[in-house]
Amino acid sequence: MLEVTALNTFYGGAHILRDVTLAVGPHEVLALLGRNGAGKSTTMRSVMGLVRPRSGRVTFAGADMTGAAPYKACRAGLGYVPEDRRVFRELTVAENLEVGRREARPDAPSWSVDQLFGLFPNLAERRGTAAGRLSGGEQQMLTIARTLMGNPRLILLDEPSEGISPLIVEQMAQVIGEMKSRGLAVMVSEQNLHFARLVADRAVIIEKGEVRFEGTFAALDAAPEIARETLAL
Amino acid sequence: MMGFYFAQLLTGLANASSLFLIASGLSIIFGVTRVVNFAHGSLYMLGAYIAYSLVTTLPGVFGFWTGVILAAVATAFIGAAIEILILRRIYHSPELFQLVATFGVVLIVQDAALAIWGSEDLLGPRAPLLDRAVRIFGEPIPEYDLALIVIGPVVLGLIWLLFQRTRWGILVRAATQDREMVGALGVNQHVLFTSTFMVGSFLAGLGGALQVPRESVNLLMDLNIIGQAFVVVVIGGMGSVTGAFVAAVIISVANAFGVLVWPQISLILPFLVMAVVLIVRPYGLFGTPASAHGASVPEAPLRAMPPAGIAVAAIVAVGAALLPLADDGFLLVLGIDLLVAMLFAASLHLLMGVGGMVSFGHAAYFGLGAYAAALAVKSLGLPMLPAMLLGPVAAAFGAMVFGWFCVRLSGVYLAMLTLAAAQILWGITFQWQSVTGGDDGILGVWPARWASDRAVYFYIALALCGAGLLIIRRIAHSPFGYVLRGGRDSALRAEAIGIDLKAHQWLGFILAGALAGVAGSVFVFSKGSVFPDTLAIGHSVDGLIMVLLGGVQSLLGPLFGAAAFVLIEDWVMRLDHWRAIFGVIILAIVLLAPDGIAGGVGRLLTLLRLRRPA
Repeated sequence: MLEVTALNTFYGGAHILRDVTLAVGPHEVLALLGRNGAGKSTTMRSVMGLVRPRSGRVTFAGADMTGAAPYKACRAGLGYVPEDRRVFRELTVAENLEVGRREARPDAPSWSVDQLFGLFPNLAERRGTAAGRLSGGEQQMLTIARTLMGNPRLILLDEPSEGISPLIVEQMAQVIGEMKSRGLAVMVSEQNLHFARLVADRAVIIEKGEVRFEGTFAALDAAPEIARETLAL
Repeated sequence: MMGFYFAQLLTGLANASSLFLIASGLSIIFGVTRVVNFAHGSLYMLGAYIAYSLVTTLPGVFGFWTGVILAAVATAFIGAAIEILILRRIYHSPELFQLVATFGVVLIVQDAALAIWGSEDLLGPRAPLLDRAVRIFGEPIPEYDLALIVIGPVVLGLIWLLFQRTRWGILVRAATQDREMVGALGVNQHVLFTSTFMVGSFLAGLGGALQVPRESVNLLMDLNIIGQAFVVVVIGGMGSVTGAFVAAVIISVANAFGVLVWPQISLILPFLVMAVVLIVRPYGLFGTPASAHGASVPEAPLRAMPPAGIAVAAIVAVGAALLPLADDGFLLVLGIDLLVAMLFAASLHLLMGVGGMVSFGHAAYFGLGAYAAALAVKSLGLPMLPAMLLGPVAAAFGAMVFGWFCVRLSGVYLAMLTLAAAQILWGITFQWQSVTGGDDGILGVWPARWASDRAVYFYIALALCGAGLLIIRRIAHSPFGYVLRGGRDSALRAEAIGIDLKAHQWLGFILAGALAGVAGSVFVFSKGSVFPDTLAIGHSVDGLIMVLLGGVQSLLGPLFGAAAFVLIEDWVMRLDHWRAIFGVIILAIVLLAPDGIAGGVGRLLTLLRLRRPA
């Protein structure tokens, strides 16, 4: 459903992504693994149109999305959850969700505020609270719920487990499972192989802007040196 | 007596309403688009002119209020046109570009208004049914003032509802905090920005339209109101509508009572209040740190001049020195103007390009230099050279006082405080008639007899301005210059390695001020006179245009920019509609050559080299 072909992205003079190629199928959860600075976030930002790749192609559901404005990527059915919990701090939880709200689409599961409050009970209790006063984990939940309000077909989750408590990480894994069971495709970036294994069908490992591995976790286990070289600290 | 004070209070509150309308529009626009819209005063003026035309045509009560609303709506559409045609293309440029571009709009609107409505002050009709005065505590209060006092809070309430209760308002508030994220959530920023600009313009137009029954409509309304509107926005906190209301009330009420003590205080009081508020609360009463900065782009490092460059510079210097042999009239006058403009622009560039402190009021130090030198000759009876020395000393002293406050802030707030400083000094020169001559200026400041020959004075100007330019170059490439540039690129990191950045910035501010003072004192003896407009906003913007024309990222930029500015101005000023033509030129440069003349020439060369078959 999402195909990224030979993507090259630069920040100023720095060459960040080098010929990155990957694909996410319908109803699939793909883990994008790599260390800090490997290019995971840049890959997602390039797909979303938040940075313009210098060369390469991004196609989504058959349409060319390369370099399209972020709002167009969103309207085409791509949902994006940034890594640093960018909630609108001065808006309430309910208002944050309202910003993300878009019309239901026939080809994707649709989410209502009530469903999302069911999925994230903590948020339901705090719907009138300014988002800036939520805990880190709650803010992370809110960014996911906010993106789901746009009824995406594929969701890009940038390091959802980073810097939150183990209890919430577990809840996060359940949420990703729920998304998959409702027919959503997911690309989730991770540094943690265990978490990735828990939620994803397949893995892509990226190192220094280049794809080093692409395949199932069974294939990854068969070649343990890859994970050791590219993921271990 | 009680009644009199109460009447003053009501007058202050009535003034606050229209000030609030224009300032809230400015604040909303800044909050979402991060544009400091200099043209907001022009929208206010257009609202007043359009309302004048409508209310003098449409009859009765219904006609009056329809006219006011229609004028505001028309202003909203003019605002939309400005946003779509101009601002949309430069949202990612530094705030300086936006400021200069909107100043281009100011010039075009001035000429358009002159062409449509003429230069006479227009007196509108009183508002039907509200054209009398009621007695409160025995004092007559115009009914229309009472209506305005009601309208202000009503509009505040409507804006509040719009922002809190509608999806559009929620999107706007979200965009104020994180524009990129709003885009990634599927919101078309173009539509959001244009509609925000329309709402802001509507409020400005409404503010102008409501003034029609109170004061004459004239061509000075735009720049008269914009300074105060800036002040209100900054005091309230950029982007905060409630802040704008509170600040408008504080300023207007303080003014209403201040004038009882000292009638001329209205010229400087707003700026004094702003300076005090910013020192206590650096982001305004309701502002937050995140709202201080506009878009920023990383600066390229300065390069040392290659040998070929030094050779070219030497040839230019020798060529300049030989100029008096070629011509002893017009060319020499133009040459001195050029030298003065170059030093002024280069000193501003030292402050903003090297030091990262964008100043909207650099003309203050130029003017201080000019006035100090003139007063030294006229009042102290000093000879020319000591008087010329006193110029930069006075400028440095002024920069020391105001700079101490300014370096405590950064970004837009710093720029606004520099503007406030310049307005305070302008107010003083304008009002302190016994010393500065007020609006009449100081006349007859001619060079000493030995320097009265134009060629001799040209050499003096060449020596002083050339030395000033060399000093600036030396500063930029000295360890002190590294600190300034380091602080510009990351204040946090500079301080983390143990640099007292504020002290360095303060010194940089003083040096830039002193060098502008040199330019000012060379200027005053070449013209023989000095007027308050050397310190006015317009002259500060001239400096910004020069720096922008040349390109911010090179030390040579301001020299090119100053030269281009002086030559363009010299040519354009002779034409009819010179303001509009100048405005169009400014816009063309901002839109077509966003890295200035130096950058534009560089790009052209690269393009030619690329096209040449290898």
